[in-house]
Amino acid sequence: MAEIKFSDETLALVHRIVKRYPEGKQKSALLPVLHLAQAEFDGWLDVPVMDYVASLLNIKPIEVYEVASFYSMYNLSPVGKCLIEVCQTGPCWLRGSDDIVGHLEKRLGIKNGETTSDGMFTLKTVECLGSCGTAPMLQCGAEYYEDLTPEKIDSLLEKLKTSGERSTYMKSRV
Amino acid sequence: MGKQILLEHINVPGIHTFDVYRKTGGYASVEKALKTMTPDQVTEEVKESGLRGRGGAGFPAGLKWSFLDRKSDKPRYLVCNADESEPGTFKDRYLMEKIPHLLIEGMITSSYALGARTAYIYIRGEYMYIVRILEKAIEEARAAGFLGNNILGTDYSLELYVHPGAGAYICGEETALLESLEGKRGNPRLKPPFPAIAGLYACPTVVNNVETIASVVSIINISADKYNDVGIGKSTGTKLISASGHINKPGVYEIELGLPVEEFIYSDEYCGGIWKGRTLKAVVAGGSSVPILPASLILKTAKGEPRLMTYESLADGGFVSGTMLGSGGFIVMDETACIVRNLWTYTRFYHHESCGQCSPCREGTGWMEKVLHRIEHGHGHAEDIDLLVDIAKKIEGNTICPLGDAAAWPVASAIRHFRDEFEYHVKYPEKVKNPRHFEIEPMQSSYTLAGTVNA
Amino acid sequence: MAKVTIDGIETEVPDGTTILNAARQIGGALVPPAMCYYSSLKDTGGKCRVCLVKVSQGSSKDPRPLPKLVASCRTPVADGMVVQNITSPDVLEARKGVVEFLLINHPLDCPICDQAGECDLQNLAYEHGAANTRYEEERRTFEKTDIGDKIKLHMTRCILCYRCTFVADQLTEERVHGVMNRGDASEISTYIEKAVDNEFSGNMIDVCPVGALTDKTFRFKSRVWFTNPLDAHRNCDKCCGKVVLWTKGEEVLRVSARKDQFGEVREYICNECRYDHKNMKDWQVEGPRHIDRHSVISQNHYEKIDLQKLKREIDRQLIFQKGKQLPEANESAS
Repeated sequence: MAEIKFSDETLALVHRIVKRYPEGKQKSALLPVLHLAQAEFDGWLDVPVMDYVASLLNIKPIEVYEVASFYSMYNLSPVGKCLIEVCQTGPCWLRGSDDIVGHLEKRLGIKNGETTSDGMFTLKTVECLGSCGTAPMLQCGAEYYEDLTPEKIDSLLEKLKTSGERSTYMKSRV
Repeated sequence: MGKQILLEHINVPGIHTFDVYRKTGGYASVEKALKTMTPDQVTEEVKESGLRGRGGAGFPAGLKWSFLDRKSDKPRYLVCNADESEPGTFKDRYLMEKIPHLLIEGMITSSYALGARTAYIYIRGEYMYIVRILEKAIEEARAAGFLGNNILGTDYSLELYVHPGAGAYICGEETALLESLEGKRGNPRLKPPFPAIAGLYACPTVVNNVETIASVVSIINISADKYNDVGIGKSTGTKLISASGHINKPGVYEIELGLPVEEFIYSDEYCGGIWKGRTLKAVVAGGSSVPILPASLILKTAKGEPRLMTYESLADGGFVSGTMLGSGGFIVMDETACIVRNLWTYTRFYHHESCGQCSPCREGTGWMEKVLHRIEHGHGHAEDIDLLVDIAKKIEGNTICPLGDAAAWPVASAIRHFRDEFEYHVKYPEKVKNPRHFEIEPMQSSYTLAGTVNA
Repeated sequence: MAKVTIDGIETEVPDGTTILNAARQIGGALVPPAMCYYSSLKDTGGKCRVCLVKVSQGSSKDPRPLPKLVASCRTPVADGMVVQNITSPDVLEARKGVVEFLLINHPLDCPICDQAGECDLQNLAYEHGAANTRYEEERRTFEKTDIGDKIKLHMTRCILCYRCTFVADQLTEERVHGVMNRGDASEISTYIEKAVDNEFSGNMIDVCPVGALTDKTFRFKSRVWFTNPLDAHRNCDKCCGKVVLWTKGEEVLRVSARKDQFGEVREYICNECRYDHKNMKDWQVEGPRHIDRHSVISQNHYEKIDLQKLKREIDRQLIFQKGKQLPEANESAS
């Protein structure tokens, strides 16, 4: 199996991140570094990836597993190239998020929580994303897609399919 | 529109850049504080202003600052709580995205007052695109000499960093936030000790909401006296309200505290009234955690006085007939909204977000969701309604952190004010099996429509 | 030193003592139960909410009552504090609520669970709970797993007191298990296939208040009240060597550390003492272990009654009923 290692660029970024915290408190870098790891290694955190992060930050692997499984943005199993996260909490529901989920399920031919057979899209409902004024909405990668209508969803799916890129939270990091 | 303190320059083109921000008077509070005031004077000014925490708890900010342990020789920290995950709330996102420099200026002035040399902005992971906006703004501020060593030639130095979360509402609770900042699971700590004594890395720490820190800028610029001229009584200054739901103009509005609720809902300057020509049914005034109120009680208190957007007026009547200003997440419902289903989405939220440390919240949130799911989907029993009230009562006050209370209050208030809707669900299970049941046939209930007084 | 009054009885304790420990110093029925606090493990406590008490007077300096019930295991005493435990109906209601919450996802495994008879949850439910359950929803379930080849984990029974993680952190060289996920999906797990086999890991079995972590070498061998517990010791260079042998006739069914009257181990034992010496001859037997009369384990035991001790205990209880200051409390091991 190929050895897990960050690119030089990412590694440099990791060291910059660790320097933000006091000496000996490098564990604070765990959350940002896990985001980087998830983005670099196919959008999810496999055990070897988490072990690598543990060794980089000089902490026990179990400490990484515990944190990765606690937070909902970390995927511990493979996801499709585009992870479509639709908000389902109260304010979005009031403006029709149920219909948005229904439309996506129909278009993609999958149910909430599943991945399309070509591995392109995973559909997931999530909790309040802080976009209640422009509901209903969804998040894909770092972008928010707001004031959704079935038409807007269709053209978004087209755009994502054509680009074929893996969606990531970490596009164009400073 | 009332006085705009935070959003005064929001529509100036390029206000998110340092140059335009500076030209409109940006960073003046840093100059004033560092060059003409001592840190304690800045704290006094914030105390005088009556500024209350804008994240939801409403605790006086100056008082919190004064609790900071200044005798310890450990380093001090200011941490900005940008975790904004309370359903219905999106004002911090708006502020950080449109005028990032306002927050950064506030962080510098506040850190100076607290004697902090390092400050962090803990921002929820879903706002990752805003992390980049903030980091860019920080670089601009540093290049202009407002961050780093010897700011403006004084001996005050400050390093400011952005730290992303990864999807956990519980990390909006200040001690869980600190745990997460330390790279651990977001489990709230027991208080005492309070963060002001032992917070980040067991050092004296102050945690403040984005809007609270942004408000410090104006307080220093215009003075505490002018700031508390705005508002009423102990609710001074302006507040950002995130309006959403069944209104014509959802969005973020800066209001002077004291604005009548009726005006906020119906005036074209704000929400623009209920959409689609419908009628007001209920409002959750301060984020999903606060009690829900029927139309009659949100527009007027139980005594019949007009309800105002202030901490005191919204809380008039306690939990029997009142609610809370909270985070200002103002969610409006019309007559087609099903209170039970709406409540179910919130209990589902709290169940998903519970950290799991303490038994009442861990087990109780799951239990409440399951019972509500049954009721909403046509499998409820009459006993379930009182059961829900009892579960909520057993959670409230018995948990480590306020998430338990936040999960219990919506349940208790929804049943208190809309019990007949729950009974309808138990009585007509076949009708409620269609999720659109109240769109098809709105329920005539004792909540009464806007303008009339509850029997 | 600080003076604190609990359920009408005053006692004086060093500054920094928690309400729970002050109550334990007084002893008797007013001691709050504790499911997650463990006196010999640092930083435990505050999570299960079973020990909640009412502070009706914060201190002599500031006599205002505290607005919410507080966890007595983590709240330090202030001079002049007045606490209500079983004399407060609110506290009893809250405790009943917590017991109910602990039981909603807990399986009804008592008939097949090794912990029966020495289970904190059973005792708690018996003393503070309701007879029936109102929970009719589905319970969360997990598969049984082995944590190491000597410890069985029934995650369905776990009440998430986190004590086992503290044992791993504080007594062994490296913690390899922890809490995964959050909320009621929380799971004690090693996440990957990994054995927990550090030298003091067996103590997790003793600290676990319920039957979630049990000794595989004792599994299904006998009900605890049919065994004969004996105090014994051996020369061990790794640990104190002081144990309890749970025997049946000449057979040693299980070896465990000694628990004090609050069910807490003070001196831990190593895995070798626990698992590898199941022969009576390996041990220097001191004598029968005293078991508290109200514990079910004492059901089949007859022991010589110390009349003096019994009289002192009765006097204590009578004085407690009248709410006056107690004479010095007895030691009584369970």
